[in-house]
Amino acid sequence: QDTQEKEGILPERAEEAKLKAKYPSLGQKPGGSDFLMKRLQKGVWDTISYTFTSEPKGALGMRTQKYFDSGDYNMAKAKMKNKQLPSAGPDKNLVTGDHIPTPQDLPQRKSSLVTSKLAG
Amino acid sequence: MQPLWSQQAVPRAADIISTVEFNHSGDLLATGDKGGRVVIFQREQENKSRPHSRGEYNVYSTFQSHEPEFDYLKSLEIEEKINKIRWLPQQNAAHFLLSTNDKTIKLWKISERDKRAEGYNLKDEDGRLRDPFRITALRVPILKPMDLMVEASPRRIFANAHTYHINSISVNSDHETYLSADDLRINLWHLEITDRSFNIVDIKPANMEELTEVITAAEFHPHQCNVFVYSSSKGTIRLCDMRSSALCDRHSKFFEEPEDPSSRSFFSEIISSISDVKFSHSGRYMMTRDYLSVKVWDLNMESRPVETHQVHEYLRSKLCSLYENDCIFDKFECCWSGSDSAIMTGSYNNFFRMFDRNARRDVTLEASRENSKPRASLKPRKVCTGGKRKKDEISVDSLDFNKKILHTAWHPAENIIAVAATNNLYIFQDKVN
Repeated sequence: QDTQEKEGILPERAEEAKLKAKYPSLGQKPGGSDFLMKRLQKGVWDTISYTFTSEPKGALGMRTQKYFDSGDYNMAKAKMKNKQLPSAGPDKNLVTGDHIPTPQDLPQRKSSLVTSKLAG
Repeated sequence: MQPLWSQQAVPRAADIISTVEFNHSGDLLATGDKGGRVVIFQREQENKSRPHSRGEYNVYSTFQSHEPEFDYLKSLEIEEKINKIRWLPQQNAAHFLLSTNDKTIKLWKISERDKRAEGYNLKDEDGRLRDPFRITALRVPILKPMDLMVEASPRRIFANAHTYHINSISVNSDHETYLSADDLRINLWHLEITDRSFNIVDIKPANMEELTEVITAAEFHPHQCNVFVYSSSKGTIRLCDMRSSALCDRHSKFFEEPEDPSSRSFFSEIISSISDVKFSHSGRYMMTRDYLSVKVWDLNMESRPVETHQVHEYLRSKLCSLYENDCIFDKFECCWSGSDSAIMTGSYNNFFRMFDRNARRDVTLEASRENSKPRASLKPRKVCTGGKRKKDEISVDSLDFNKKILHTAWHPAENIIAVAATNNLYIFQDKVN
């Protein structure tokens, strides 16, 4: 049983040695706050950038781009969607500006989520 | 356990599937994708004239659940990717589900409309307004049948409660509340109330330099409405009882498998991070998925799991490259069969693994259109780890690590499984003739 355990451990240790040989500057504590902080910022493991890579890596083409400001973001979105005017996400349910709202313009009143107790 | 499986592959042109979930009856199957869309499939009723279409799933409704948003404070985009979908138990003719991206949870109502009113007084059948002065008589509109239309409408939007990225949502057995968990906090919501939520777990340290672990998944107990669990990046699970205190920072139970300190390596903590936790239907057990294994825990025993199943132990000697290509951080989910007798989880190369807990047997299957024909039974696969590769075996080095099965779901009552392979959804059924 002892040798079985050692056989299981050895591959992991060998892999660790390989990694340290490639990247000697790798931090001592992989689970330490540096690692986790990057995860919190990016939110997913696969967009964390490490000390040995310059660009944040993404699996399956996940977006990792940071924008300068909201104007930058909106211009980028406009280019992607190829529209004339980029929308900053207006609330489509609101009637604004042009005219006095009429009953037809307003969103329909939706019935309550809770079923009536009368409905047995 | 050697069932015959027929297969139905549903190709999705655009996006990568990010979540799969059956509803409580199993008649509906919801998928969410990276583009913020939800597609719901419905099981066809048995039809004697078309016996081969027994129980096939077809598209029932498609809607855009989330759109990309912009976080002004951090100048980062908030992805529209659907992280999780959870169904509410059905209470009336309509169906309700919760879908969430990184920041916002939405309650969607999916309802059918098969009648429409005809004979309005103020407008024509084509919608044009009638001249009110020309109307000489009143009529009562009548309801006429129409082609079935399935409508999805957002009924509640639960926003602005999470600083970090939401990884889990779970509906309580009380059918009134649900929890949402991000990396550091868990919030309790009431389904009717969107402008506030109750924080029940907060593991954010006062000094962020002291951060050592994050929350990776959370779930309510299936029957006990006061109990929930959450897993961590350090491989531990905490069970909390909401009756004990308002803020559940102190756990009621702490589940951790003791580690042999001499076996510790750089990778130990990373591969011990739990990517998914699921209660059994019975409520007696829970299952956790870490990078290389799935473990079954008895809620009555905190010291170690009662079962450990190796998913792809052969990857242990590949950890260096898996770290370099980020695959070591892949978050695999796991699921129970309806009777809890079997468990399933995904792997690479479009392989997924099934473990029969009673018969103590496991099988590796592949979700791929090239390697299996529709309505044919799936052939078990085998990965060769040693030197000599037998015929039909696949060597570890030729596994495709871009083809990962992260999301799987099992029908609540029958042997029907849904497997998401990147942007393809596979549905496998037990063929019983």
